Amino acid sequence: MLQDKDRIFTNLYGQNDWKLAGARQRGDWHDTAAILAKGRDAILAEMKASGLRGRGGAGFPTGLKWSFMPKQSDGRPSYLVINGDESEPGTCKDREVMRHEPHKLIESALIASFAMGAHAAYIYIRGEFFREAEHLQYAVDEAYAAGLLGPNAADTGWDFDFYIHRGAGAYICGEETALLESLEGKKGQPRMKPPFPAGVGLYGCPTTVNNVESIAVASTILRRGGAWFSSLGRPNNAGTKLMAISGHVNTPCVFEEELGVPLKEIVEKHGGGVRGGWDNLLAVIPGGCSVPVLPKSVCETVLMDYDSLRAERSGLGTACMIVMDRSTDIIEAIARFSRFFKHESCGQCTPCREGTGWMMRMMDRMVQGRAELEEIDLLEQVTRQVEGNTICALGDAAAWPIQGLIRHFRPEMEARIQHYKAALGSTGLVQVPAQTMPVAAE
Amino acid sequence: MVRVIVDGTPVDVPPGSSALQACEAAGKEIPRFCYHERLSVAGNCRMCLVQVVRAPKPVASCGFPVADGMEILTDTEVVRRARRAVMEFLLINHPLDCPICDQGGECDLQDQAYGYGTGVSRYQEAKRAVTDKDLGPLVKTVMTRCIQCTRCVRFTTEVAGTPELGMVSRGENAEITTYVEKALTSELSGNLIDICPVGALTAKPSAFRARSWEYKKTDSIDVMDAVGTNIQIQARGGEVMRIVPRVNDAVNEEWLSDKGRFSIDGLKRRRLDHPWVRVHGKLHKASWQEAFVSLARRLEGVPGERIGALAGDLCDAESLCALKDLMTALGSANIDCRQDGAWYDTSQRSGYLFNSDISGIDDADALLLIGTNPRHEAPVLNARIRKRFLRSGRGKFPVATLGVPTSDLTYPVETLGDGPEGLKTLLDGSHAFADVLKNAKRPMIIVGHGALTRPDAKAIYTAAYSLAQQVGACAEGWNGFNILHTAASRVAGLDLGFLPGQRGLAGTNMLRNGVEVLWLLGADDFPLEKIGPETFVVYQGHHGDAAAARADVILPGAAYTEKPGTYVNTAGRVQRAFRAIFPPGQAKEDWRIIRAFSEVVGHTLPYDTQDGVRARMAELNPIFATGGGATSDRLLGRVGVDNPILSDLTGYPFRAVIADYYQTNPISRASPTMAECSRVYGSAHAAVAAE
Repeated sequence: MLQDKDRIFTNLYGQNDWKLAGARQRGDWHDTAAILAKGRDAILAEMKASGLRGRGGAGFPTGLKWSFMPKQSDGRPSYLVINGDESEPGTCKDREVMRHEPHKLIESALIASFAMGAHAAYIYIRGEFFREAEHLQYAVDEAYAAGLLGPNAADTGWDFDFYIHRGAGAYICGEETALLESLEGKKGQPRMKPPFPAGVGLYGCPTTVNNVESIAVASTILRRGGAWFSSLGRPNNAGTKLMAISGHVNTPCVFEEELGVPLKEIVEKHGGGVRGGWDNLLAVIPGGCSVPVLPKSVCETVLMDYDSLRAERSGLGTACMIVMDRSTDIIEAIARFSRFFKHESCGQCTPCREGTGWMMRMMDRMVQGRAELEEIDLLEQVTRQVEGNTICALGDAAAWPIQGLIRHFRPEMEARIQHYKAALGSTGLVQVPAQTMPVAAE
Repeated sequence: MVRVIVDGTPVDVPPGSSALQACEAAGKEIPRFCYHERLSVAGNCRMCLVQVVRAPKPVASCGFPVADGMEILTDTEVVRRARRAVMEFLLINHPLDCPICDQGGECDLQDQAYGYGTGVSRYQEAKRAVTDKDLGPLVKTVMTRCIQCTRCVRFTTEVAGTPELGMVSRGENAEITTYVEKALTSELSGNLIDICPVGALTAKPSAFRARSWEYKKTDSIDVMDAVGTNIQIQARGGEVMRIVPRVNDAVNEEWLSDKGRFSIDGLKRRRLDHPWVRVHGKLHKASWQEAFVSLARRLEGVPGERIGALAGDLCDAESLCALKDLMTALGSANIDCRQDGAWYDTSQRSGYLFNSDISGIDDADALLLIGTNPRHEAPVLNARIRKRFLRSGRGKFPVATLGVPTSDLTYPVETLGDGPEGLKTLLDGSHAFADVLKNAKRPMIIVGHGALTRPDAKAIYTAAYSLAQQVGACAEGWNGFNILHTAASRVAGLDLGFLPGQRGLAGTNMLRNGVEVLWLLGADDFPLEKIGPETFVVYQGHHGDAAAARADVILPGAAYTEKPGTYVNTAGRVQRAFRAIFPPGQAKEDWRIIRAFSEVVGHTLPYDTQDGVRARMAELNPIFATGGGATSDRLLGRVGVDNPILSDLTGYPFRAVIADYYQTNPISRASPTMAECSRVYGSAHAAVAAE
């Protein structure tokens, strides 16, 4: 369990002043020049030593990612792009950083930009985050007024500008290359990789795209040392992480916690326990909606970190748990996700464009039970056909929840189908639905 | 070179190649829908997935750069499964209406479904339907068949330069549209039909007319402009059903202008299928015998210098050769292939050719257009200029024009003035663009017929040539002084010397009773009213266009699809066309008509076979002996022109050579499709002009 002294986000709930004065009291902007004075290589080494892995969901080592940026410019500028397009269902951790700890983010952006040779950072904020953008803009203005941004930012000798860009609310724009497209003013569609953004990114220049949280922790890591950060958590899953818990718990909340803490403990401590007691638990989706669901049996023992959840064929994702108790129609829950992904697929590449719709329609029938037993296997095959064949990870994200459902809740799905058959006394497959087919919320 | 191992076979490919190119170099066929050699890579169809050793998942080979020692596997279970998966996804929302689809038989989706599709559909849900879009009179849409490969979007954006198509909405609801439902304004829109891998975009004029396997396919040359686009005529039962481009990187790459593609319905209308003879002021149907005899009688006693011949824009070189020989035999030097009265230096080939060759545009690094609108005069060539503009990067390919372009040229152009007077400032170096040309390694100057058909054409020509000399456009290994022709027959005519001989009359002088008998070989596009009222007019041609009404004897000839012919394009490339169908009724191949008449008139021409006339052409100009191929003298050549007399340059603005792109010759004027285009786009153009 994380001790208070090791907390990075000390104003997570906005209980204190989020503006510059308050931030300074909490230690932000304290002698930033000293951090930059260590030099670029030292910062990169420190970040690598900290073992920080990307907090957006994929978990790529952040220090390594920064080191991909060209050391010597070929004439093109480098850019840092911060991904604040937090659109994952059930996830609202970055928003707390943006509205309650904006200076931590801006200061860290300065340090990160220095470490990757960038003089400008862009943050792409989800369109619906109105107050967050407002707070951040206020903080940026404060920082400019205080000389913390602009030429010779914070007396570091490094010129640095920070720009805020607000998205229009498309989930796909959280994918790093789609975000860059959107930032450039184009339709948000993921790019082919390679080339990776570190080579050809924003406006064709070397770019690193990082999650808000990954950037925001940098200043504290560099102040307290990579060794401190890596002493928290488990090997290869170091540090603290902003997590959230929502759904059928008594006290849903966002909180900072060490990685590698048992999921059950987190639900009990931060979530105040499952509604109706632990035994009323049905399943937990551990990180946003893009990772497979975990049944109660797994939840008993699993640890909340990248590798433990991967071992259970799920993933940490954004570490924002969705807890479902036994009153949940788990098939309907996953079908809702399928509708979401169908609605948010950008339509660029074939498997995702066609596959999400197919999966959604089958899931909608599964909810009613209006299907054949073999169709569960067909559904599984369709998810396998989407997975790994697409340009970006949205196809995978659409496939995994269904795979998790089939893996853990196949008996429920079969029972639903059999009940439907029994109720309608039919063996035929294609039943004309009594009501019209549910469609995605357009 | 980078060594890549494809399925165990090592191949060397240039660095920067894609995995797909490496696979093709190794002889592996990679299925694809969105990838097209001449368009940017989208990588969205996912059909070209291959396995790269040590890559965690299959990669789209079209956009995956090769690295040294990379191992590519194209035929593993993983690859097959991935492609089958993609094919299934493509087909679930495809209507599968192949039996009523015009693309059937030449559909990429259909073909590849044989390789990767399953016999049954596992998709039990309702299929998606998409509203059809109206893209104008040429391209028909059945958008439900669309597989969102975005080739059409990339074609209009990149090649055509008219970014009118795009994909709106997202996910399953994504559809290709023109945003506001408007007709495509590109002169290259027909190529969308070719690049669409499915039946979403098909030809509107020929919808539901024939199936692709029924065609008899004949290689030919397009005559609608002077580019000499390589085409394939596809005919069924004596009727040209459609025309598609052939690939020739030196000429048209793989594009074809809309006029060349869609004028074909004009080949069936207003045709001259019978000789006609005017008796007492009224044309009467006649037999060949009667027509020849009456013409021969009329020629009796007429001195040679009172006979003239004017050739039109669509003639093959054979007929020009035969007519020239006949006129010589009759003692006339009054022949001219320039019905528009253009002036060139005809003393040597490089005086009237597109000297850098069309592919030379790819090497040019600055361009000056003089009195030309290549978008209308040669749309395919204009696409080449745009390609050069796109390849060279922003601001690296400066283009300027003398004469205000009547339409957007699809690349940024600096207008240096509406008339030829800007040449003066360029020549004395006072205009900044003179330095741009001078500093360019391979400057190019294109002189169009807007400049060459004016009274001061010679002054413009010589001034432009001097400028070319000054800025180094005619240097060792590079001749960037280019004439852009608009008539397919023009260069062949000039090569054959179909020009006034000694004391011969030029085209304009034959009018106004300059000659007593005027032989028009398909010449319709000159002021007919200026033909003297006493002049006896012989019209030899295939369409009952303007000149036929004025004619006293009509000799029905063959259109370009109906005769084997030789054409020389604006760059001097000699190209052969084959006969696709036979001419209608009693119409005959043109050179054979002239040969037959020569016998009647008593001056039998010394050849009576196709080979014979071609041998004669080679005698007149050895360029025809090469039988097709590149320009012989595209390099340095001193043009025999005098120093320019700048005071002769007038201030009159350049006039557009082509007033209506869709109706420029007898065939396109007879075509209902072209008339419809003219109606749709003509008014739009007028509206733009009025603004």
